[in-house]
Amino acid sequence: MHPVTEVHYLALSAALLLIGTIGVLTRRNIVIILMSIELILNAVNINLIAFSHAWGQTQGQIFAIFVIVDAVAEAAVGLGILIALFRNKETVLADEIDLLKW
Amino acid sequence: MLDTIFFYAFALLTLGGAILTITRRNAIHSAISLIVSLLGVAGLYLLQHAEFLFAVQIVLYVGGIMVLFLFVIMLVNLDQMAKERQFNRAWMVGLAAVAAVGAEIGYFFYRGQDSFKLPEVQPPPIVQGNTEALADVLFRQYLLPFEIASILLLVAIVGSVVMAKKRI
Repeated sequence: MHPVTEVHYLALSAALLLIGTIGVLTRRNIVIILMSIELILNAVNINLIAFSHAWGQTQGQIFAIFVIVDAVAEAAVGLGILIALFRNKETVLADEIDLLKW
Repeated sequence: MLDTIFFYAFALLTLGGAILTITRRNAIHSAISLIVSLLGVAGLYLLQHAEFLFAVQIVLYVGGIMVLFLFVIMLVNLDQMAKERQFNRAWMVGLAAVAAVGAEIGYFFYRGQDSFKLPEVQPPPIVQGNTEALADVLFRQYLLPFEIASILLLVAIVGSVVMAKKRI
């Protein structure tokens, strides 16, 4: 068995990013789209931690903390918008929300 | 050896949970799969000696964000949504775009194999724990970004309350 190197982590992170992108682009349910965004942000974090470990520095972990803070803010605001939307339109399907569509 | 086994186990958890997250019909099942995936990512942090982030990942993601998601799923009636079509009409376009990006990343990995060989860095001798080291850097070198992040969180709190409240 090969020893695990940074390349393994980068490949795993790329795969997670692609899975999250598929979720964002193809699902209709907004809750699951928000979950896919969390997957994408986690893929970024894996990359940051892998390089932080490879260079023996802590800066990458600091940036991962900031990414997590962003993810929290995004989830809170996104779910708030979702609740407001559901109260007005009675739907959580992304392609039925077309108020701005001409 | 043990590291390799654990890496593949956590990678399996992460990717399997992610795939289940985006394919399940029931949003609750998606949320549970996402928890599995996030726990796998937490294990990967532990393998990379990022113990503080491991704790943050579990406390904040699994304990905080996922509870928020589950609350919203319970609040919003998703039962009749589960009976509808789950993928939008342009899903082929989305898959094609992702395949293109994936081919690009794969090509990059293939061509750039040599540039991945990082110079062997001698890790600095461990004089303090991971959390201590992080706090040192965070509160000295990155103090301003830290304060900006707290303002961002304040704005997010106010924004989500304004969004979700019926009448202000």
